[in-house]
Amino acid sequence: MEIKETSLINLHRSHGAKLVEFAGYRMPIQYSDGILSEHKFTRSNCGIFDVSHMGQLFIHDKENLTKDLEKIFPVDLQNLKTDQSKYSFLMNENGGIYDDLIITKIKKGYLIILNAACKENDYKIIKEKLNDKYQLELKQNSSLIALQGPGAKDVLKKVVKNIQNLKFMHGGEFFFNDTNIYVTRSGYTGEDGFEISIPNEKAEIFTKALLENGSKLIGLGARDTLRLEAGLCLYGNDIDTETTPIEANLKWAISKKRLDDKYPGSEIIKKQIESGVKKLRVGIKPESKVIARANTKIFNEEKNEIGKVTSGTFGPSVDHPISMGYVDSKFSSLNTKVFLEIRGKKVSANICKLPFYKKNYVKEI
Amino acid sequence: MSDVKFSKEHEWIKLEGDVAIIGITKHATEMLGDIVFVELPEKGSSVEKDGTAGVVESTKAASDVYTPVSGEIVETNQTIVDDPAKINEDPENTAWFFKLKMKDVSEMDSLMNKDEYDKFAKESSN
Repeated sequence: MEIKETSLINLHRSHGAKLVEFAGYRMPIQYSDGILSEHKFTRSNCGIFDVSHMGQLFIHDKENLTKDLEKIFPVDLQNLKTDQSKYSFLMNENGGIYDDLIITKIKKGYLIILNAACKENDYKIIKEKLNDKYQLELKQNSSLIALQGPGAKDVLKKVVKNIQNLKFMHGGEFFFNDTNIYVTRSGYTGEDGFEISIPNEKAEIFTKALLENGSKLIGLGARDTLRLEAGLCLYGNDIDTETTPIEANLKWAISKKRLDDKYPGSEIIKKQIESGVKKLRVGIKPESKVIARANTKIFNEEKNEIGKVTSGTFGPSVDHPISMGYVDSKFSSLNTKVFLEIRGKKVSANICKLPFYKKNYVKEI
Repeated sequence: MSDVKFSKEHEWIKLEGDVAIIGITKHATEMLGDIVFVELPEKGSSVEKDGTAGVVESTKAASDVYTPVSGEIVETNQTIVDDPAKINEDPENTAWFFKLKMKDVSEMDSLMNKDEYDKFAKESSN
């Protein structure tokens, strides 16, 4: 299969990107500055992320759409205001996660942001579950650019007017020059930030304007260290069809109002909320500087295997190795001592609080 | 620098008497990216040519470090353990990994000189 490229490919190349294949796209893993400095720049200033590989699914409104979408997603859409976003899941009948996503109610329907590797499958599942009653469009003509960091607001307001009044997990239509764009205040780094949906032909000039105002391009490598420090899940690593949102410690994203309703996996979700789960996603910090990466086995003090790491890296802002993984719930309480098997040696570690790095979302304006 | 040799696993080796100083090349650090952790062999341990003799971890992945020659580890560089970023800063000089007393100095003969290595590195990164 041919590798796809985003509208920013030339800009990536001219900024010294190391390009890798990711979910069928040629994407920058890092630029010439490297992952550590890109990570730190995002935390202290603001970084630009090309996330155009992600799916932008637009569902045109028609009578009963909200009700029908509630049969698919465990989220309260009836009370969702126009231009408000919620984090949710597409699940199978066992409560396993096909994808995690952001759903935004817009004037003409709903906009759902999907993971790149899942988007085609999600499209099929959602279309089928909606019985072909609605018009679905997986946008090919729009790029998606994320601007993340404490400086994001000040940079973006120089390029897009009135952006500073946008609230966290809310969106709106704005203008970049004469071009209509859709902007949400959201992101996946633990920092304040925005995600901008913009026509492909304007993506490069828009990104150049952000660069001229003091931001830098940041690759997928730093995106991974940033999201892991913020305790956020990477689909395919930390959540998949074998884990439920409750096991993934994402119960907060299941709307309380929807607990008695029917949606795929609803019975299992309800049961798990009421009687608990066997395994739970936790944060893990090794005592030494050694890194426990995905698939590292986790043991208890009696040397019994109790789980496995699903993501692990060095956290540049916490200046320590950090991991997330699933353990037997009996061993999931804070400060439980565990052992990680790394290159044949058992390394001591502790179950710790998520996120590793305090989130800096701007919730009140 | 003519006394420095290079291996296909991207280590450099400098011989002083029968003691070899070993580190990883600048090209290797460029491929690895930012190094955040290093594990070195124990002082006094014996290592065999082409065997593993440590680990470097970047933000992206863990990679084994190989020794291009056999011998006994006589010294390791604690500075790079304490501050792994030094490996990216000065890989072919102060950020050496370990020193070993060579068993057979003729093992140096099969390694590449600088020109040969530069050519090899250029080809292997294409």
